[in-house]
Amino acid sequence: MGYLKEIGLYFMMLKGVFIKPTKTSVLRNLVLKEIDDLIIGSLGIVCFISFFVGGVVAIQTALNMDNPILPKSLIGFASRQSIILEFAPTFISIIMAGKVGSFITSSIGTMRVTEQIDALEVMGINSLNYLVFPKIIAMLFYPFVIAIAMFLGILGGYAAAVFGGFATGDQFIQGLQEEFVPFQLVYAFIKTFVFALLLATIPSYFGYYMKGGALEVGKASTTSFVWTSVFIILTNYIITQLLLS
Amino acid sequence: MIEVQNLKKGFGGDELVLKGISTTFDKGKTNLIIGQSGSGKTVFLKCLLGLFRPTEGKILYDGEAYSELSSEKQRTLREQMGMVFQGSALFDSMTVEENIMFPLKMFTKQRKAERRERANEVIKRVNLINANNKLPSEISGGMQKRVAIARAIVNNPKYLFCDEPNSGLDPRTATLIDNLIQEITHEYEITTIINTHDMNSVMEIGEKIVFLQKGHLAWEGSKETIFKADNDDVTNFVYSSDLFKKVREAVLKENQ
Repeated sequence: MGYLKEIGLYFMMLKGVFIKPTKTSVLRNLVLKEIDDLIIGSLGIVCFISFFVGGVVAIQTALNMDNPILPKSLIGFASRQSIILEFAPTFISIIMAGKVGSFITSSIGTMRVTEQIDALEVMGINSLNYLVFPKIIAMLFYPFVIAIAMFLGILGGYAAAVFGGFATGDQFIQGLQEEFVPFQLVYAFIKTFVFALLLATIPSYFGYYMKGGALEVGKASTTSFVWTSVFIILTNYIITQLLLS
Repeated sequence: MIEVQNLKKGFGGDELVLKGISTTFDKGKTNLIIGQSGSGKTVFLKCLLGLFRPTEGKILYDGEAYSELSSEKQRTLREQMGMVFQGSALFDSMTVEENIMFPLKMFTKQRKAERRERANEVIKRVNLINANNKLPSEISGGMQKRVAIARAIVNNPKYLFCDEPNSGLDPRTATLIDNLIQEITHEYEITTIINTHDMNSVMEIGEKIVFLQKGHLAWEGSKETIFKADNDDVTNFVYSSDLFKKVREAVLKENQ
């Protein structure tokens, strides 16, 4: 029953986000600030992780190709498939659940604890729209982050394969182009879009409805990370089943 | 003026937190709600603010019942309310000046220069010096309270609500804040309602005092009449400290 109540409250929160909109001029500034905090602020870590994990994927693939019949271009092919299909959209989203999700939960939770949300409500401002809506809009730019992660992951793979002596540049690029199915990119971006919505709303829910003090803000951040990750993994499974099977 | 008619509030269980409160808060006066912890003061204040919907009864703001207004009119009414929270509730990502300009930014069509001019007027009124560009975390508790008061009055509210406005402040700053709220109340003819535990505030600015006990209105009067209150709950609450016991004895002796 408790979980059902929570799910119901989450959807009521979503409804509350889209009613009584904040003044456009104020909203514009809030969205820009959120883009800076959530998107631009995450680029550094995303670029770093993508490049090196891409490199590791290429090395692991190369080291596990014992059979001499297997062409070297398979390193590029395998890197492309793992990075585009899973690493960039899903793995980066789990990392973002930790980085962006904790930030959202703790910032909204602190506002709850320090009565700043009550202050907004007393002024007649729809606090859900004021706090959560700009985050949802900002996270619509999340697919750009994932596109960068895909590019850098593949670049990392290329660098590791070529400079590590596992394949030549031509072989790697040939692998990248082999049996490329454009729909797989569509699939990757569809799930990225869904993850973006989860990343913006689940941590907001845990921050907005938290009760208690500073200790509970920390607990809410952890809970938010766990549940955001769980829902990312679950929706990943459902979307994959629906679109690729 | 705010008129409360038979206000009852519960949270789902059988027990009501507020058990039928009826009273009036006058315009241009500092109205104090006092009572022990758990007496229902905060729930009462949140009902007055429209944050809690009453289970039964009505709250009339200058004759208009909040619960009977359309959502648009409720929003307009909310814009006429100012609130000073116990912890100030300043937006910590904004500077002092931005905090004060915030209600103007949200509810008026004023340009930035006009908003800044109005903000500086109230900053001057609450005696905030050299704090415009500081963040709330960079100023003292007393200054934060002044910023909270400035933010609450910047949009010329008709109703001002204060929840423990001087908690955590030293006695001198607490008195200054009390006096500031009273001056502003008289100056702008605001209906001010203050939720407090502080007996100094009661004696200093209690033009009307409402005493809550276990969700009931147990006594109402003013700082002048509280000395003569014949209600045991009130006398036990107000005169729990030796200082006030002695003050009471002195006042009663003087009156004899």
